[in-house]
Amino acid sequence: MAGHAHHEESFISKYIFSQDHKMISKQFLMTAVVMGVIAVMLSVFFRLQLGWPGEGFAILETFLGKWAPGGVLDRNAYLALVTIHGTIMVFFVLTGGLSGTFSNLLIPLQIGARDMASGFLNMLSYWFFAVSSVIMIFSLFVEGGAASGGWTVYPPLSALPQAMPGSGMGMTLWLISMTLFVVSSLLGGLNYIVTVVNLRTKGMSMTRLPLTIWAFLVTAILGVLSFPVLVSAVVLLLMDRSMGTAFYLSDIFIGGEALDVTGGSPILYQHLFWFLGHPEVYIVLLPALGISSEVIATNSRKPIFGYKAMVGSILGIGFLSFIVWGHHMFVTGMNPFLGSVFVFTTLLIAIPSAVKAFNYITTLWQGNLRFTPAMLFSIGLVSTFVTGGLTGIILADSALDVNVHDTYFVVAHFHIVMGMSAIFGMLAGVYHWYPKMFGRMMNTKLGYAHFWITLVCGYGVFFPMHFVGMAGAPRRYYDYSAFEYLDFVMDLQPIISTFAIVGALGQLPFLFNFFYSIFRGQVATENPWKSNTLEWTTPVKHMHGNWPGALPEVHRWAYDYSNPDFEDDFVPQTVPVKAGESAH
Amino acid sequence: MKLITLLVVIAGVIALAQLAKVGQLTALIRNKKEEDISEADSRLNGSLFVVFMVLFYASFVWLLVRYGDYAPPSASAHGEAVDTLMSFNMYIITAVFFLVNTALFLFANKYRYEKGRKAKFFAHDNRLELVWTVIPSIVLAVIIIYGLRTWNDMTGAPAEDALRVEVYSKQFDWTARYPGADGEFGLANYNLITPTNPLGIVTADGVEEALEEIEVQIAKIESELSHERGRMLAEIEEIQAVLHHNHHAGHGHAEDHGHGDHGMSEERTALLEARLHELEHMLESDDVVILSEAAFEAKEDKLHRLKRHRQRIMEVKPFDFDGGLSAWEAGMDDKIMKGEFHLPVGREVEFVFRSRDVIHSAYMPHFRAQMNTVPGVPTRFKMTPTITTDSMRTILNNPDFDYILLCNKVCGAAHFNMQMKVVVESEEEYNAWLESQEEFLAEKPNMVNPDARAEVTTNDNEESATL
Ligand code: HEM
Ligand SMILES: [Cu+2]
Ligand SMILES: [Cu+2]
Repeated sequence: MAGHAHHEESFISKYIFSQDHKMISKQFLMTAVVMGVIAVMLSVFFRLQLGWPGEGFAILETFLGKWAPGGVLDRNAYLALVTIHGTIMVFFVLTGGLSGTFSNLLIPLQIGARDMASGFLNMLSYWFFAVSSVIMIFSLFVEGGAASGGWTVYPPLSALPQAMPGSGMGMTLWLISMTLFVVSSLLGGLNYIVTVVNLRTKGMSMTRLPLTIWAFLVTAILGVLSFPVLVSAVVLLLMDRSMGTAFYLSDIFIGGEALDVTGGSPILYQHLFWFLGHPEVYIVLLPALGISSEVIATNSRKPIFGYKAMVGSILGIGFLSFIVWGHHMFVTGMNPFLGSVFVFTTLLIAIPSAVKAFNYITTLWQGNLRFTPAMLFSIGLVSTFVTGGLTGIILADSALDVNVHDTYFVVAHFHIVMGMSAIFGMLAGVYHWYPKMFGRMMNTKLGYAHFWITLVCGYGVFFPMHFVGMAGAPRRYYDYSAFEYLDFVMDLQPIISTFAIVGALGQLPFLFNFFYSIFRGQVATENPWKSNTLEWTTPVKHMHGNWPGALPEVHRWAYDYSNPDFEDDFVPQTVPVKAGESAH
Repeated sequence: MKLITLLVVIAGVIALAQLAKVGQLTALIRNKKEEDISEADSRLNGSLFVVFMVLFYASFVWLLVRYGDYAPPSASAHGEAVDTLMSFNMYIITAVFFLVNTALFLFANKYRYEKGRKAKFFAHDNRLELVWTVIPSIVLAVIIIYGLRTWNDMTGAPAEDALRVEVYSKQFDWTARYPGADGEFGLANYNLITPTNPLGIVTADGVEEALEEIEVQIAKIESELSHERGRMLAEIEEIQAVLHHNHHAGHGHAEDHGHGDHGMSEERTALLEARLHELEHMLESDDVVILSEAAFEAKEDKLHRLKRHRQRIMEVKPFDFDGGLSAWEAGMDDKIMKGEFHLPVGREVEFVFRSRDVIHSAYMPHFRAQMNTVPGVPTRFKMTPTITTDSMRTILNNPDFDYILLCNKVCGAAHFNMQMKVVVESEEEYNAWLESQEEFLAEKPNMVNPDARAEVTTNDNEESATL
C-alpha cells in the first residue's frame, strides 16, 4: 500500500466514484443529511394533521398537492408518510448514514490502516446505498403513493394491492429499494469486519481498540448475520405479490373475491422480519454508544470507566439481540410459554444496558468536562438512553405489552432510544469529527443553540406520548376523534406538534453550521480536542493512505486521559510506555 | 405567500451567516478558537443542565397529575392484575429514571471545566461494577417473576363453562358470532363468503347456494367473452377464409390432386357454416360487448379464478366430521352480531379471533385485552368482565359511556375508525338479549340474488375510493 504516486485525480474519481474511505464517509454523511431532512419534513407534515386534525394548511397543499386537497392530509397519504418517515429514519439515516459515515471514517483512521480492506467494495456499498435512497424517495411519487403499511410492512396488507393503494407500485419499489439497501449494508459490513480483524497497526491489540471500533465491529457482525434474513423475508414477499406463491397468505377474501391461497402464514413474515428487526435497533444504537464513549472520555479528560465491562456489554447486547425478537409478537397468538422465554431474554438485555449507563455517569464523576457541542449531545444521549431503555422494561413484560402494544407508548419508547439517543450519538459524531472530515471547525455557539433546542423539543415531543399511549391511543391512527375515551389526552397533541415544529426548525442552525463551515469554518488544527486516538495524528489535509510516512505504532490503550504519570492530561496511543508507568 | 416564506428563509440564512461571522471575528480578536470552551460557556451549559432537569421534572409531574390517572378503572379480572403489575413496574422505573438522570445532570454541572484542574484518573473498580451488575439483576429477576406469574394466569386454559364468542375482522369493521343453542360454532370456510353469509359459515344450503352463485357468474362471463364483438368478427373472418379456400381447393385443383387433402369433409363445412350463422346471429343480439384486449384478458383471468373457486367449494362439499353433531348443522343456529355485542358480567369469556383479509388487532382498552386477528390462523384470548356498562357509567359519571373494541394493527385507510360497541350486563339481561337475536339460518333468504354480490363489491370499491 506504500507508494501512492497518483496525486493527479479527476473530479469524478475524487468526488464521485472515490474509493477513499474518507471521501466515501463524506458521501454517506451528505446522503444521510439529505434523507434526514426529508424524513423530518414528512414527520412535520403528519404531525400537523395529528395536532390539528382536519384543519387545512397551505404548506401541505404546496408540498403534497393532491395528497392534501385543501391543505388537509389525505388518510392514505398519512399512512404513506408515516411509513416512509420510519423507513428512512431507521434504515437510511441511522443504519446506512450512521455506520456508513463513521465506520468508514474511523475504522481505518483509528486502527492505523491506510484504507479499508477493499476500496472497491466500499465504493459499491455507497452506490448501492445511493441508488436505494433514490428509489425510496421516488416511490413517494408513483401512482397509488408510497408503501403505507408501516415500516414493518406486514403482509397480507403489504402483499395485496387490493388492500390499500400503497400496496401497489409503491410497495414494489419499497421492496426493491430495501433489497439494494441490504446489499449495500452487507458489502459495507463485511469490509468493516475484515478491516478491523486484519489491518490493525502494530501494537493495536483487540484490548487496545477504542470503544468506537468495538461498537462498529459488533454492529457490522450483527448486520451481516441478520440482514440476509430480511432479504429472504423480502424476496418471499415479492414472490407472494407477483408470482402467485402463498408463503404468507392463507384463507383470504378481499375485494369481493376469495383468493386462491391456502397454507401460508402471515406470522412467518413477522418472525423473519423481527429476526433482523431487533438486532437492527442495536445496529442503530451501538455505533451511537461507541461514539459517545469516545466523546465522553475525551471531553471528561478521564478514561472511560470500566473499559472491559463496556466491551463486555457491547458483546452481550450483540449476542442477546438475536434471541429477543419475539417481544414484538406477544399478541400475535404466539404460544404463551414461548412468550415467557422472550420476556426472560429481553429483560436480560437491560443488565448490560444498565452497566453502560452507570459507567458513563461514573466517567463524568470527578472529570473536567469540556462542553463542546459533541459532549453536550453525548450527555443528552445518556439521559435519553436511560429514559427510553426503562420503558422497554414495561414493553418486555408480556402481560403489560398486551395493553400497550402498538400504542403511543411504544412510539414514545422507540423514539426516545432511536429518535433521540441514536440521533444524538450521530450528531455528536458529526460535531466531534467534523475537523477530521472537512479540515475546519463547526461554530460552537450555533452548536449550543442546536443542542438545547433539540433536547428540549425531543423530550417535549416524545415524553408526553407515554401518557397518550397509556390512555390507550393506538399508533398509526390518522385521527382520534372517533373515540371519546381518548378525548382527555388529545389536548396534548397540539403541544406535541408544536414541539415537533420548533424542533424541526431548530435543525436549521445545524444545517447552516454544517454547510457554512465546510467553506468558512475556522481552519482546524491536527488534534483540536487533545485526543489520544490515532486519527488525530493524521494531517489535516486528506491524503490517500492517511499517514505521510510509516504507519503509527501503538503502545497503549486509547484512554490515558489525566494519567498521573504524565504532565499533560492526555497521552496519545503512540507514546511509548515510560519506565515505571503502570500501563494499561 | 410563498415569496414571503422564501424571503424569510433567505433573511434567516443571512442573519445566521452574519452571526457566525461576528462570532468568528470576535473570537479572532480575542485569539479564541472554536475548541476552547470559555469559562462563561462552561458555566452557561452547566447551569442549563440543572435548569433543564428542573423543568423536565416539573413537566413530568404536571403530566402525572393531569394525565397520570391514565385509563378508567380496569373492567376485567386480569386487567386489575395487569394494572397492579404496571404500577409496580412504573414505581421502579420512575425511581431509577429520577436517580440516574439527576446524577447525570448534576455531575454535568458540578464537574464542568475548570482551567488547571486535573480530572481523577479512575479507570475501573471491580467492586463498584459488580454492584451495579448485581443490583439490576436482582430487580429484574423480581420483575420477571412477577410479570410471568401474571402472564401465566392470563394465558392459562379457559374455564370449562367459559362463554365462547367469535370475533371476526375485515376491512373495516367487526362481526361477532355466538354458537347458539347447541353451544358449537358451525364450521366456516372463506370460500363460502357471500353477502348473506359474511362469515362463510358452512351449511348444506350455503354450499349449494355458493355454487349456484358461482355458476351464475361463470355463465355471465362466459357469455360476455363469447359475445365480444372483435373476437366474433375475427372468428367470422377466419371461418370465411377457410370456407373460401376450401371452395377454391374444391373446385379449382381437385382433379390434379386426386381426392385432395385440401378439401374438407361435408360434415366439417356444415359445422363451420352453422357456426357462421350462429355468430352472425349473435352479432345482432343485445348481448354483444366490446372489450379491449386487456379487459378481455382480465375477464378470462377472472373466469379462471371463478373456476378454481368452484373447485375449492366442491372440496368442502364432501366434508363431514365425526362426533354426534354434523358440521353442516352446527352453524345454522349461530348468531351473528354487527355494530355491538354483549357479554354477561362475571362470567369468563373466551374469544376466538378470525380475520377475513389482512391482520387486524382486537383491542379492548378498558379490559386491558388485545389479540391480533390473523387470516388463516385463528387466535384466542380469555377474560372475565367485572363491571357492567351501567356501573361504569356511574363510576365515570358519564351517561354516554360505552366499552369498545377497536382495531390496533394498521389495516388500511379506515383503520382509525374500525370499532364495535361492547355491552357488559347482568346474566339475565344478557340472556334476554341473546334470546332476542335471530339465528343465522333464520334470516337467510332462500334465493341468492346474483346482483347482491356485485352491490357489495362496488360498495367496497366505493369505500376505498373515497377513503
Ligand atoms: C436501547 C435501544 C433500543 C432501541 C433502539 C429500541 C427500538 C425499538 C423499536 C423501534 C421498537 C418498535 C416496535 C414497533 O414498531 O412495534 C421497539 C419496541 C420494543 N422494545 Fe425496544 N428498543 C431499545 C431498547 C429496548 C430495551 C432496553 C428493551 C427492554 C428491556 C426493549 C424492549 C422493546 C419491546 C418489548 C418492544 C416491543 C413493544 C411492542 O411492540 O409493543 N427495547 N424498540
Ligand atoms: Cu426488539
Ligand atoms: Cu383493522
